[in-house]
Amino acid sequence: MTGHSAVIEVCGATKAYGTGTARRVVLEDVHLRLLKSEFVCVVGASGSGKSTLLHLVAGLDTATEGRIGVTAGRPAVMFQDHALFPWLTAGKNVELALRLAGIAPGSRREQARSLLALVGLAESHGQRVHELSGGMRQRVALARALAQGTDVLLMDEPFAALDAVTRRVLHAELLRVCAERGTAVLFVTHDVGEAVALADRVVLMSSDPGRVVAEWSVGLRSARGTDTPDAAGLVDEITARLGEEADCSARR
Amino acid sequence: MPAVDSAARQSGARPAGTARRTADAPRTTREGIVRRGRTGELLLRAAGRVLPGCSAVLLVAGVWQLIHLLGLSPVLPAPSAVLRDLSDAWSAGTLGSGLLHSLGRCLAGFAASAAVGAPLGLLLHRFGFLRVPIAPVLSAFQSLPAAVLVPIAVICLGTSRGAVYMVVLLGAVPSVATGVLSALDQVPPLLVRAGRSMGATGAAGVRHVLLPAALPGVVAALRQGWAFGWRALMTAELMTASPLPGLGQMLDAGRRSGRLSLVLAAAVAVLAVGVLVEVGVFGPVQRRVLRARGLPSAGGC
Repeated sequence: MTGHSAVIEVCGATKAYGTGTARRVVLEDVHLRLLKSEFVCVVGASGSGKSTLLHLVAGLDTATEGRIGVTAGRPAVMFQDHALFPWLTAGKNVELALRLAGIAPGSRREQARSLLALVGLAESHGQRVHELSGGMRQRVALARALAQGTDVLLMDEPFAALDAVTRRVLHAELLRVCAERGTAVLFVTHDVGEAVALADRVVLMSSDPGRVVAEWSVGLRSARGTDTPDAAGLVDEITARLGEEADCSARR
Repeated sequence: MPAVDSAARQSGARPAGTARRTADAPRTTREGIVRRGRTGELLLRAAGRVLPGCSAVLLVAGVWQLIHLLGLSPVLPAPSAVLRDLSDAWSAGTLGSGLLHSLGRCLAGFAASAAVGAPLGLLLHRFGFLRVPIAPVLSAFQSLPAAVLVPIAVICLGTSRGAVYMVVLLGAVPSVATGVLSALDQVPPLLVRAGRSMGATGAAGVRHVLLPAALPGVVAALRQGWAFGWRALMTAELMTASPLPGLGQMLDAGRRSGRLSLVLAAAVAVLAVGVLVEVGVFGPVQRRVLRARGLPSAGGC
């Protein structure tokens, strides 16, 4: 990855809410780089500022201090809740993203269809959001994110509410789609197993305030999953470190 | 359905060898059965919606008739007397013309109220600093009875149509504005964030995310605005010194002549308009909007 250029560069980002004695620092001096086509998972306990970091990178919030550079245009975001627009069909949700990305009206429908086909929902163009299952909604959300035509995808625990089987299927879909399109992904999760199964690199954040405290290169691209002894060992190592951080945070 | 039938139907020609079907001939095709089944289903659904309302009307009429028969109220006319007055007013043309005038005025007033109230609600949502001074004023106006507004409007604008429209506007605009504001406030922030992450900010955000997300609440606000406007209009038509043609004038004529049956006939017409607009316009629109979002909609109006 060293030869690749950074698509996201977070330099010393700090985020605090309130002032004076009510000031609460959520993120402190966070440094993070995401390279082109790289898959980075951010893990941490609840309240470690993972989602806040993602929102800062997405431009949905501003850092109190530090600099956040995104060189690949506006990143696409996938939220924990699918955040699809319930008044539109699956296809129209994707078409709206294409429209906002400046795609000409004539080709939007066709592109929406092919994006839905890419996530395995070729037949669901006309279905309303409430007619789709949880897994299908997240697939449509992925298609909508891809419709923005950006090289960077930010994902905030997108599969947390899904059952284990659906999640596994969507992991495979996500890796396939990102590999096909060369998309760089910053993926927030509290599930260490999910992080190891997906990531090129796992970043651990401490709690209260959130800081990057450790980083692991997974290097298991050819054999994804947590079934191998190497991967299982890495999951144990990260989980142990996560536990230590949680203990430290509790003592503070 | 054989292919020949389908082709003939598309071209408009009758397939060779088939006899011309008379209007009352029974339909024996599968399509005919499906169509009849669908029509029957629609009729059943319509009956399911209308019958509870009709039975409520019949119940009220029955109790009314009973009170009249038992002589519990010496001034209450029989329902038949009210119906007769309604029929007479219809034959004389006063009811039809009054309905048209009042409905026309309310429609114009409602359209103006929606055109002012909805953008006002949006402005208050977008610019928080406007909300602090304006929202309490709107709430205060909402609690003000239309009867209080009539003398003010008459003094300001004379006993003209302008005074009536002013009362309707002052009755409906605050209701629409506060309803729209509340609907926009209740839009899930996640949807707004999702829109922003896709580039739907500013006017694009309002058009593609905020307004569609708030639409069920906006429809409810318009529904309430219509009800407020209709009530305010009746008060204004009744109270202006030189009555304008309309249902209010019919009410006033009954009051002046001391004929309760005519007053009740006018009240029935006023109620009927309210119910018809509710059942025929706002109810279906709201049901459609809610259903499209997978939200439960009440079976009735």
